[in-house]
Amino acid sequence: MSRRVLTMFMIIFVIFLYAPTLLLPIFAFNDSSIISFPLSGFTLNWLKSLGAAEELRKAAGTSLIIASVSSIIATMLGLLATSATVRYQFPGKGFAIGAIMLPMFLPEIIIGVSLLTVVLLAGFKLSIYTIIMGHVLICTPFCIAILRSSFQQLDPSLEEASLDLGESRINTFRRVTLPLIMPGVVSSLLIGFTISLDEFVIAFFLSGTEPTLPVYIWSQLRFPQRIPSVMALGTLLLILSVVLLTLSELLRRRSARRLDQKATSGAL
Amino acid sequence: MRAVLTKKRQAGLCRTMIKLSNIEKYYGTYHALRDVNCHINEGEFFSLLGPSGSGKTTLLRTIAGFEEIDSGTVMIGGQSMVGVPPNMRPTNMVFQSYAIFPHMSVAQNVAYGLRSQRLNKAKTAEMVRESLGKVGLAGYGERAAHALSGGQRQRVALARALILKPKVLLLDEPLSALDRKLREQMQSELRRLQRSLGITFVLVTHDQEEALTMSDRVAVMFEGQIAQLDSPQALYKRPASKRVAEFFGAMNILKADILEVKGDIATTRIEGLGVANLAFNPQPGADASSHYCAGVRPELMTILDDGAMAYDKETPATVTDVEYRGELTYYDVKFEGSDTPVVVSMRNTSNRELREIGQQVRIGWESASAVLLLD
Repeated sequence: MSRRVLTMFMIIFVIFLYAPTLLLPIFAFNDSSIISFPLSGFTLNWLKSLGAAEELRKAAGTSLIIASVSSIIATMLGLLATSATVRYQFPGKGFAIGAIMLPMFLPEIIIGVSLLTVVLLAGFKLSIYTIIMGHVLICTPFCIAILRSSFQQLDPSLEEASLDLGESRINTFRRVTLPLIMPGVVSSLLIGFTISLDEFVIAFFLSGTEPTLPVYIWSQLRFPQRIPSVMALGTLLLILSVVLLTLSELLRRRSARRLDQKATSGAL
Repeated sequence: MRAVLTKKRQAGLCRTMIKLSNIEKYYGTYHALRDVNCHINEGEFFSLLGPSGSGKTTLLRTIAGFEEIDSGTVMIGGQSMVGVPPNMRPTNMVFQSYAIFPHMSVAQNVAYGLRSQRLNKAKTAEMVRESLGKVGLAGYGERAAHALSGGQRQRVALARALILKPKVLLLDEPLSALDRKLREQMQSELRRLQRSLGITFVLVTHDQEEALTMSDRVAVMFEGQIAQLDSPQALYKRPASKRVAEFFGAMNILKADILEVKGDIATTRIEGLGVANLAFNPQPGADASSHYCAGVRPELMTILDDGAMAYDKETPATVTDVEYRGELTYYDVKFEGSDTPVVVSMRNTSNRELREIGQQVRIGWESASAVLLLD
């Protein structure tokens, strides 16, 4: 009895979670500018219209640059933070980890507003760079969570063996540590990229004249006739996110296997 | 080689390779190494033996440079190692987990430390081949490291360390992960390798048999201190304390009162065995208030047959238990006026009959085979 209730609950839960997402591709290919059932027919026009929109292409370019740079910076910061916290003990370590991981749980609107205040007080102009700053802040905790699991699976005696065989710390990192945690690094880059690409609130607060893709999409929602195009765009973004996240998880598992460990749950 | 070494040692010609002086190490409030002092000679097979938590691995890692000590000095080859990182020390280590780089082939693993020597490819390949040959892995160079068995991993770890021709090879429980048969095989191989190369080996182990069979000298460690440092024979025959004695095989421990000390002879009353003159050389750390007991190995006592050859000492006893184990029989006996059961082991021969429980027997022993042990 209770088992059936639980199964029902799970099914409803999953439908509630994913059904709205499925509306995106449905209306992206529906031959009508009005979002309503019944469907009127199949079309690729909305998808084609994306190619013609100049502003959209610019917004997509901006987003890709921001996502690439943010994920690289966040992964580099994450590498530094994890190699310090996994291998070494130092006073205030717990506090430092907490402080770095906090943006993961902080409402983005708070981060957005406070960063906006800082940027304006400091006299900077809003630009791609200010968005990158915000995105690095929110991506870093996720990157750290992934890199941490890679580092923890790495047998510390491998690094010691390299030192013992005469290599310096830097060359040890280059020849042993980095190759072994590489899948984790790639996974961290992909996660950072996905988070930055999808992020709206911070980008909205911190963007100047160059909107990111989510901000552009939001601006288009004011024009009802453009909504099907937005749906088509959303569908592409959805596919891209799913592909990137799957790739990142596959890499993480491969890394775990390579280090002779059982695959354990990561950030996902 | 060994004979030469022994002669050198007798002539005082052995050079000190590693000198550890007054080493102290704390982990927080935990006192991991307490005033450790010892010399390790050039070309010696030296073992650090102790139960887990005795500080033996910490001491090995101190020599390698992985642990910073709170005070004391480490000298290797006459040079102070203060502030010298592991990559600049003339030591190489075989790790307990072997630490084979999983993303490299066997040959790449073995050649790992050669990079700084900037050798050409042919020379490197030749050295790798030679090194793999030494450890019995000729032809394994192209294998992936993760496809190796435990024993093969260990050989790769050995080849990888030895190719750099270190002054000292450090081995951290290298045999503990292997099964018994492979372990015994590797013990003799390691010993043979050490003799043929003449490199100083420092081995960490918790297995007393391993330490006895492989080493020239053994430092027995308890609670961060070296309890006794001696040759395997001396450790077995003349352990300094009850704890060391019990760590090496079976030892009957009996209460003892020292009645009189004359030079290095102590007239001692031993529980059940009576008065005997025992060798007495107090260990450092012992003083007038130290308590002693007496120890006799089970195989150094004999149940005398009627009219058997004379022993230095003969003591009547009662058999309380008999345990037949094929090659040997273990008897529990009790001496008059003593409640402590004493184990006597007897080799079984074709014409020797087993004694029975309750039988009165005479136990023969030598006062030279009883040792005074620090309680």
